[in-house]
Amino acid sequence: MDILRTTQLCKSFGETHAVDHVDFTVTAGEVLALIGSNGAGKTTLINLISGLIPPDSGRIEFQGADITRASVHHKIELGIARSFQLVNLFDQLSVHDNVTLAIFSREGRTRRLFSLAAADTAVRDEAVTVLKQFGLDARTAAPAGGLSQGERKLLDVAVAYALRPKLLFLDEPTSGVSTREKAPIMDIITAVVRSGGITAVIVEHDMDVVFTYCPRIVAMHQGAILADGTPDQIRNHPQVTANLLGAQTA
Amino acid sequence: MDTLVVHVLNALLYASVMFLIAGGLSLIYGVMRIVNLAHGNLYAFGAYVTAWAVGRALGTATEASLWMYALLPVGAVAAAALGAVLEPTLLRPLYRRAEEYQLLITFGLLLILEDLMRLIWGPYPLQASALYEGLGSLTFGESIYPTYNLVVIVIGGVAAAGLWAFVYRTQFGVVLRATSQNMRMASALGVNVNRVYVQAFTLGCFMAGLGGSVIVPQQGAVLGMGVDALILAFVVVVIGGLGSLEGALIGALMVGFVREAGITFFPEIELAVLYLMAAGVLMIRPAGILGRA
Amino acid sequence: MTGPPRRVLAWSAPVLLALIVLPYVVPPYQTVLLTYGLVFAIAALGFNLLLGYTGLLSFGHSAYFGMGAYAVAFIVKYLKLESMEAFLLGGILASGAVAALFGLLCVRYTKIFFGILTMALSQVLWSLAFKFFWVTGGSDGLRVPTPTLLGGYVRAGGDKFEFLSHRYYFYVLAVFAVCVAVMWVIVHSPFGKALQAIRDNETRAEFVGVQVWHYRWVAFLISGMFTGLAGALWVPLNGLTTPDILHWTFSGKMVFFTVLGGFQTFFGPIIGAVIFNYLETYAVGHTVYWQMVLGIVLVVLVLALPAGIVGTLRHLGLRPVKMS
Repeated sequence: MDILRTTQLCKSFGETHAVDHVDFTVTAGEVLALIGSNGAGKTTLINLISGLIPPDSGRIEFQGADITRASVHHKIELGIARSFQLVNLFDQLSVHDNVTLAIFSREGRTRRLFSLAAADTAVRDEAVTVLKQFGLDARTAAPAGGLSQGERKLLDVAVAYALRPKLLFLDEPTSGVSTREKAPIMDIITAVVRSGGITAVIVEHDMDVVFTYCPRIVAMHQGAILADGTPDQIRNHPQVTANLLGAQTA
Repeated sequence: MDTLVVHVLNALLYASVMFLIAGGLSLIYGVMRIVNLAHGNLYAFGAYVTAWAVGRALGTATEASLWMYALLPVGAVAAAALGAVLEPTLLRPLYRRAEEYQLLITFGLLLILEDLMRLIWGPYPLQASALYEGLGSLTFGESIYPTYNLVVIVIGGVAAAGLWAFVYRTQFGVVLRATSQNMRMASALGVNVNRVYVQAFTLGCFMAGLGGSVIVPQQGAVLGMGVDALILAFVVVVIGGLGSLEGALIGALMVGFVREAGITFFPEIELAVLYLMAAGVLMIRPAGILGRA
Repeated sequence: MTGPPRRVLAWSAPVLLALIVLPYVVPPYQTVLLTYGLVFAIAALGFNLLLGYTGLLSFGHSAYFGMGAYAVAFIVKYLKLESMEAFLLGGILASGAVAALFGLLCVRYTKIFFGILTMALSQVLWSLAFKFFWVTGGSDGLRVPTPTLLGGYVRAGGDKFEFLSHRYYFYVLAVFAVCVAVMWVIVHSPFGKALQAIRDNETRAEFVGVQVWHYRWVAFLISGMFTGLAGALWVPLNGLTTPDILHWTFSGKMVFFTVLGGFQTFFGPIIGAVIFNYLETYAVGHTVYWQMVLGIVLVVLVLALPAGIVGTLRHLGLRPVKMS
């Protein structure tokens, strides 16, 4: 069952065709990697689907429903969430508060002015559970701005995960992180995603990470999809090796 | 027909001054991404300095000699000098900080300058009307129009053209535009960004000061003119788009004409019409007509 | 942990006690002076909901203070009522209505545009106060007599000053305490957390499902109502309301005392407002160039003490009361 389908999706910035007539389908429950050199259109594609920018033309369908022009808020309600390449956290709030906020928002409780956030033990406990899953429960009271880069990347994902999405976009979850930290981060992410039955689309540059963790790989180049297959198929795909793999830095 | 010409000229007069002020604001924002809340006070400062200089030159005389017109730019130069001092001392320390602090410090500067002008020149308006009357007036048809106003309009036009040429036709203009589009890149290419910033800021202050200098013979320098001008300049950049010189020109023209129409037909709500226009533009096209989002 | 941290409760008890005992130990003039301080503190609470918690710096809050004040004056002039409760209700409703309207326009924008837009809108109100002088009394303003408190149960009697320095003071103190409590709950509620999230990262807030400008608008509305409430409490003290209270210079004072106290803490603005009140009272007699003094101090604060008084004390380990 297709959880997401884009049809002839287009977005241009001036002369540049960032996303060029892209037909992209994602099956429910799968974990796939989206690869491509800088400027290939990966982040733009995610921005279009998640609602950060509107497409010029084409269609986006989520679970059969047309969400092409839906608002960010509506898409989140439907179950689409994302993390960010450049970490986007609430730096002055505590690690715990970053996650509780996502939960409050999910539950529609951010409208409540006259109850104390600290009093909602169900939400607080759920946040702690999520943080434990991500290995961040040691420093829940620390402000998010004070964490290490690796921890911040994980928290960024945790916040998106706390929305209990059906489809989760992870934009370079290991970028800026030291090599030896990448595997533990990916282990956590894939474990969390699998246990929650979440469909995950991971944008990644690190091909080791991609080949290890993602059963399906979609390669983009200059705004269009170049190849789509298993790691073996991608490894042996002539255009992919020519355009992308040669330029990869592990 | 004659009255129509007079109205058009009045609108152009207002637009000239507004272009100078708003253009300066937009230029500074375009290059440095800061808005100086005290920008209007630099316009006022220019007005006061010029009025004071003319007053000193006149002494007890009541009629202006021709050479006194050369004193007009004095206010603009003074405003530019003030700007050259302010940027490195008050603004540069804050570029890395949250934008609130920029607003707060320029607001503090606004308060300081307001009282500084009161301190130096007292609470009463300063006039330079001798220059205004000295050029007499032109008669066409049944209407009389002060020649000085035409001079201001011409100055406004020359300033617009000169600025355009400066920004698009000179080496410095290239550097200015490069820095405004990508500060880091420009810096990596060897541009001394600090110097460009202080130069851009000085130029912007010069323009504001020039606006004050050229209009002071017509309307005098009075306390509070700075904040009034700031708010109107804001209306102009809302309409034309912050960061765009062409936008400042278009916005100034629109504000000039709408205001003139407003004063003529609905004198009561003159200010409100301008704010309504700004509000309308903000709602339809938040970046302004030619602004960068 | 529910409710305010123990440290807050620990020192707020003696402070409250001191405030209650005050009218009996100091001259009436001092009590009235502090009453002004408490009124400004309520305005500061409202102002800081926007600045410290939502990240929006308004230069036009005089509009709401002034609406609250003029609402009281209109209630006296047109409805012939003298009840403080009517004043408070009118003040909140009037400032709320204006805040709702202005907010619709302002909250789509941030930072610079927001700041100047708020300033411009409050100037429009100020100029309207002059234009419609037959309603507002123009530059002469409108007089407001001493009100009755608690539904007419408490009356001024003969000595107005005695009334202001005792019964009215306690009334303001009570309202102040309620305002502090209500604002405390609001900023510590899920809504308050959402505001802080918006302040910290607008994009992420959007992507967590918080509709940013909608929440900003509500914050704007609440902020305006608190400030309007302060305006309503201020008028009987002053006996008179004039257009000055709508002018941007008054907005500037609110910005100043919030920054002075420190806008990154809950109690900073309150302390700043009270201190500023004393500064203004004692310094105004010494110099005409009061604005310049404010400006210089503001510049120094921004350059040297961005956390304000309370924030700086906190960094020095003396008053560990945080925001979130």
